[in-house]
Formats: sequence, structure tokens, C-alpha cells
Amino acid sequence: MTTPLRARASRTETGYNFAYLDEQTKRMIRRAILKGIAIPGYQVPFASREMPMPYGWGTGGVQVTAAVLGPDDVLKVIDQGSDDTTNAVSIRKFFVKTAGVATTTSTADATIIQTRHRIPEASLKAGQILVYQVPIPEPLRFLEPRETETRRMHALEEYGLMHVKLYEDIARHKTIATTYAYPVKVDGRYVMDPSPTPKFDNPKMHRSPALQLFGAGREKRIYAIPPHTEVISLDFDDYPFEVNRFESPCALCAATGVYLDEVILDDAGGRMFVCSDTDHCEGRRADGHRGSMLGDAPATLASKANVGGRADDV
Amino acid sequence: MTFDSDRPLLAAQGLTKHYGARMGCQDVTFDLHEGEVVAIVGGSGSGKSTLLQLLSLQLAATRGSVHYRMRDGATRELGTLNDAERRFLMRTDWGYVAQDAANGLRMQVSAGGNVGERLMGLGQRHYGNIRNEALSWLDRVEIDRDRIDDQPIAFSGGMRQRLVIAKNLVTQPRLVFMDEPTGGLDVSVQARLLDLLRGLVADLGLAVVLVTHDLAVARLLSHRIMVMRHGRVIEQGLTDQVLDDPREAYTQLLVSSVLQV
Repeated sequence: MTTPLRARASRTETGYNFAYLDEQTKRMIRRAILKGIAIPGYQVPFASREMPMPYGWGTGGVQVTAAVLGPDDVLKVIDQGSDDTTNAVSIRKFFVKTAGVATTTSTADATIIQTRHRIPEASLKAGQILVYQVPIPEPLRFLEPRETETRRMHALEEYGLMHVKLYEDIARHKTIATTYAYPVKVDGRYVMDPSPTPKFDNPKMHRSPALQLFGAGREKRIYAIPPHTEVISLDFDDYPFEVNRFESPCALCAATGVYLDEVILDDAGGRMFVCSDTDHCEGRRADGHRGSMLGDAPATLASKANVGGRADDV
Repeated sequence: MTFDSDRPLLAAQGLTKHYGARMGCQDVTFDLHEGEVVAIVGGSGSGKSTLLQLLSLQLAATRGSVHYRMRDGATRELGTLNDAERRFLMRTDWGYVAQDAANGLRMQVSAGGNVGERLMGLGQRHYGNIRNEALSWLDRVEIDRDRIDDQPIAFSGGMRQRLVIAKNLVTQPRLVFMDEPTGGLDVSVQARLLDLLRGLVADLGLAVVLVTHDLAVARLLSHRIMVMRHGRVIEQGLTDQVLDDPREAYTQLLVSSVLQV
């Protein structure tokens, strides 16, 4: 997927190797990715590198993106669904600077989407790669602290403990209270942590035509879901898996059936619910959808209501 | 409960464990039948805990073998089981009650979750059924039903031990290993626990390997007794016979050392 540096030299003269990492490291990461794809949901250890950002800011995702990025790719980076938050902007700038790739905020135009905490609302298509930033890849970690033991449990497919966690949820809260990082079973074999995405997004992973890659930098693990793989959220027969529901549509674009963020407006209890996926929301407003809080604002304003211009149009 | 009385449930042959140059236990051979309770007694360092760990596959023997009749009737040598078979056996057909209940429980998981863990491990996926099963087991071990959602961290020592017992028995094992199950509990709690154990063992027809240094516990629970010293079994027989009429000098010493109230 990557072309040699000399082919790119005319386009970036930054002093960095293409996409920051050296070629040997990218090769090592690609091997881990290939193994991950071959064994869907299995956590492949890899020699995670120091990146010029702190752990917890997406060092795993950045390394995976660097390893699969080519000069002709179009990169989109989102954080909590938004293209405009600090993490998303700085990672996008990082790859513009070190790889000179084109970037976009449009889900449909992107070939690689690096994400923290969300899966875009628009359906992904074949050929796209979704790269997740993962803080804690081990779904059994909070029940079984020993890595030696969790590995053995994965190897022997002993996943009863995962249901103990869901049992505890129901016993305490009368419902499965896990709302993010909701465990899934991939391809009928490995139980996997989908990273802290809301469980609302879990069904989007199931048989997605896009390739999904997960990178955990601090924990040094990579795992993958190949396109069209079965991804089932764990549940009980009498407490089936359900996605989050929202009572009102998006206040700006009137979308329903999407994941909404709650935004506090004042000290008097004022609040609005608005699409967490900014690209999706902007697209709908450009198409003329108007939510309750948009009122009769002029059309040009309405389509950029929560953007205020892009800070990183380099 | 039907017993296959012709063939032993578990047969140990020449079990030996060396810790480097030191000996843990030496050349132990015995049979255990279904529904039979055998006590292993002896002083500290006599090798009784080593023997229990060998039998329950927590330690690998230096020499010797343990044969076990599985639920399907086939007798297997336990040393030849693979990891998956061994762990499956341990969490279905076996139970293990240690002296410290905290070792056998998940202290941050509710009592119901602890009892239900084995069921969920076996693939049960109906919350209501798992919870009902847990409730009925709490009844059997005399823990109040309204404690089902409490964590064992909030339980007394005696309650924790009873919870361990419920957690182990929920899959209806045929063999339970007990390592000083009443150690560290005060005498009135001990008495209740022993009463409970005796009732459950008789009701369910459990085979038990019981390690204890307390001869009164052995007397109360076990049918047969094995006395160990320096890693060897020096005397064995029916519990009453051995305790009332000990042959070996060391056994006589043990029996005569029991304090009379």
C-alpha cells in the first residue's frame, strides 16, 4: 500500500520518513495487522514505538494508520465523532506534515478513517479502512487482572466470565448498564473489546464491508475485523442486547436513529442534543434538513452552524 | 444417585513429589469410591497439602499416576489431559474448598454472580434461570436470599466459606477437595459449617478428599482416614477404627494430643 520514499520526495520535504515511522517498523506493524486479519478478534502483540504524543492520545491508532497509509490515500480523523476536536485535528496535521496526504472530513471521500470512540453514521464501503484507537484491548481485564490467565482463557475459549460482568450489571441496575466498550464475539470465536465506542455503534461492526483495524499503543496490541465478518454483541436470552435510544432528534439537522451528544447550554438546565458525527450533521443541513434549534437561520450559516471554519486547512 | 461401586472414582498409584532434594510426599497409593469421604490427617509438613494439590492437579507429580473415572464412564489418567480438559473437569465435576474463602471467590462480584459463574462458563445464557439456581443454592447453604446482590467482601468468614461451597456445588460435581475447610473459623461457626457439609455430602453423594489437622473434623465427616508423616501414609483405615484404636505410635500421639474439654 505504501510506495518507496523516493517516489514521494517531490511532494513532501519534511525530513521525516513517509508517515513518520521507518520502513522496518511499518513492515513489523503490517505483519501484525495481517496476522490480526487472519485471526479475527485475536490480539496480536507488536513492538509498539514511542510516538511524538502521549499514551492515551491514540499512539496505537497512529501507528496502524502510518503502516497502512499510502500517498494516494485520503485521510479522515475523528474524535468522539467530530473532525474538529484537538485530538482529531492534531493527528490529521501530523499526517499532513509527515506524509503529505490529502485529508477530508467527508466519510464517503475518505479511504482511511482513524477514529476515537465512534463509528461514522454513514455506511462504510468496501475498500475503506477504519482504524480504532484502543486504550485497553483486553475485554476480560477488569475481571481477571492476570495477563497469563486472560490469554489462556482466550486460547481455551473460556468466556463465562464475560457474562458474569453482564450478570452483575443486571443484578445491580436491572439492565445491562454497559454502554460503551460493550464486548462482542468476532467470527464465533474471540471475545473482543470494540474500544470505547458506544454500544450504539456495535451493530455497525457486524458484516461491515470496510476493514476494521484496532491499535493499542501502550498495551502493544493490534487486532482486526476483516470485511463482512460476523460481530455479535454478548447478551442474555432474557436480557437481549439493545442500542441506546434517544428521545428527540438532532437539534440542528433533525436526524433520528443517530448517536447524539448532550450539550449543556446555560446554568438554568438548558440543553440540546446534537449529532456526535459532525460530518453527517453538516451533510444533512446542506441537504436542507433543519432541526428545532436552527430556527430560520440563513442557509449558509445553517450548514456551518457548529464549525466556525477549519483550523487545520493547511 | 447411582454408584458404580465396582470401579473407583479416583485411583492414585505411587504418587510422589520431590521439591528438589526435599520430599513432598512419597509413594501414596489409594482408591476413592463415589460417595466416599476420606480424610488425610497429619502434622504440619507431613505432606498432606502436597498430596491434595497432586490429586487436584495443581501440582505435577514427580512420579506416579492418578486415574479418574470421567462422567462419560471412561477412566483417564489425569496427567494426560490437555489444558482445556483439565480446566473443564475442575469447574464441572470437581469442587475445591480452600481454607481461605477469598481464594475461591471473586470478592468484587456479587454472591449471585459467584454462584452463577460456573453455569455461565458452561454456556447458560438465561439470567432468570441462573439467578433462580443461585437463590436455591443460597438457601441450601443457609445464606439469606436478600444477600444475593452483596459482594462477599461484606460477608463474615463463615458465610464466605458457605458461599464457596455453593459456588462449587452448583454444577453437581462428584468430587470435592477440601483443605482445612473450617480452619480459622470460631467453634460455633465451625460446628454449623460441619453440620452443613455433612448434610450436603450425604444428600448429594459427594466423594470428598478432606485435608485437616483437626481430628474432630475428620471424625465427624470422613468414612476413612489416612495418617501421614514425613510424606508417607503410615496408617489408614476406617475413621472410627483408626481414631479409637490407633496402631502406629505417631497416630497414638496425634490422638492423645487432642485437648479434652
